[in-house]
Amino acid sequence: MAKGGAMTSVASEGAATATTHGAREHARSQAGRSVETMRTVPAGAWPQLPDGVAAADMLWAETVAGGGYTQLRVARGTAIRLRDIAGAACAHVLLFNAHQPAERLNVADTTKVLWQAYLGAGHLLLSDQGRVLASVVSDTSGRHDAFCGTTTLAGNTARYGSGAAHGPSPAGRELFVVAAAKHGLSRRDVATSVSFFAGVRVEADGSLSYLGSAGPDTSVVLRAELPLVVLVANVPHPLATDPTYTCSPLEVLAWRDRATAAGDPLWHASPEAERAFGNTLGYAATGGLD
Amino acid sequence: MGTVDDVMSGQVLLDEEVAARAPWSTVVPAGAVLTIVDLRGNQAVDFLAYNAADTAERYSAADTIVAQGSIFLTTGSVLLSCEGRPLLTVVADEVGRHDTIGGACSKESNSLRYGHHTEYQHACVENFLTEGARWGLGKRDLVGNINWYMNVPVEADGTMGIVDGLSAPGRRVSLRAAMDTLVLVSNCPQVNNPCNGFDPTPVRMVVTTEPGTMEPRA
Repeated sequence: MAKGGAMTSVASEGAATATTHGAREHARSQAGRSVETMRTVPAGAWPQLPDGVAAADMLWAETVAGGGYTQLRVARGTAIRLRDIAGAACAHVLLFNAHQPAERLNVADTTKVLWQAYLGAGHLLLSDQGRVLASVVSDTSGRHDAFCGTTTLAGNTARYGSGAAHGPSPAGRELFVVAAAKHGLSRRDVATSVSFFAGVRVEADGSLSYLGSAGPDTSVVLRAELPLVVLVANVPHPLATDPTYTCSPLEVLAWRDRATAAGDPLWHASPEAERAFGNTLGYAATGGLD
Repeated sequence: MGTVDDVMSGQVLLDEEVAARAPWSTVVPAGAVLTIVDLRGNQAVDFLAYNAADTAERYSAADTIVAQGSIFLTTGSVLLSCEGRPLLTVVADEVGRHDTIGGACSKESNSLRYGHHTEYQHACVENFLTEGARWGLGKRDLVGNINWYMNVPVEADGTMGIVDGLSAPGRRVSLRAAMDTLVLVSNCPQVNNPCNGFDPTPVRMVVTTEPGTMEPRA
């Protein structure tokens, strides 16, 4: 009763929830509501299915709030579409081999091995074990980043006044630590992430240029090439120029597809890609994952 | 900040040569200065740093890059942890550019970069795992590392790669620790790219007290 302003509503609700039966009725009456940012279950009920995808093949459908996160475990061959609905989302992504999560996204190998700093269609998100965790199947944004990681508690506290997961301007690392914990992983497992929908370029002198968003309704489709734990934090990029914490909802869809196979153009895009896919297929087959 | 001779003018706490291809580690006390000497020139020194009191807090390339707005390290660069706190500061540098994005070579990535015939060659990740184990660190503790003396430019179209180095025999870089910092080093054994001039060579590690003091800060 300390919260004076809420006293009236608390008292009136109290009448309905003073007993276990009343409380149960009250709880159950809340179901069935729809809000802008939420998960849709079952995913096949999602109203705007991607082209060519049957409702029965839909595995996941969620709209992640700005400042929110999601985490999912997917099979090899799963397609994952991230969409920046309104143009101010930023999807920070960490990937782990679901079967042995000490194998995880390695940002340095992802850029160095492919001789390409900028993520886009055809890029392979490589692990530290010489394998492909996910490939970038398509990309309508072209503005992504593999250098700047995500935001920290210290950084967001200095910039926005708060960076805690429960606060008004959560830092990406704080959300990742919570998401990782749900898979038995700790701070030690939260290494550098990549981010989609906010571009960064490197000048000849090594300095960074922030390009920001490509605008609303852009999307990236990833394909899981191994069973993955996927952590996604939707928070402003560390170089975001808006002085206020601005981040719009992110759509995350996943559906059954198939892993990249020999003969697919992506497999043969470069000699490094051929060897990476070869390693990946060999590992999957040896481990009974195919 | 100053010349290397200035910043390493304190009492010598440690002076060791790291053999070609070998791992190495130490704890640099807060306030002390670690100077790395590229004895023969163009020898990449792969480098990780941890808060010695809580190794879950470790060097973060991304936070370091964001804070300084550049991918290259030189005098004035502050090496930040994953929690955004300073671990070390570059206080003197005789090269002018060191790498934050190239990461470490590994047997596994060698199989992608050069072919499976290179997979049995020694690699930096092997060194990090070997040396890290002495401190209770494992594979999960390895993150994107610094490569002292390595040159990794990014072209306008995003093409990036390891090219000929800018260092020369005897060139030094000095780092002052902001906290007691565990440093893991792999004296890079890579022979398939120019990061070591195709010939791995020894480097020298010198730890000195803060100039003008006789003891490391308590």
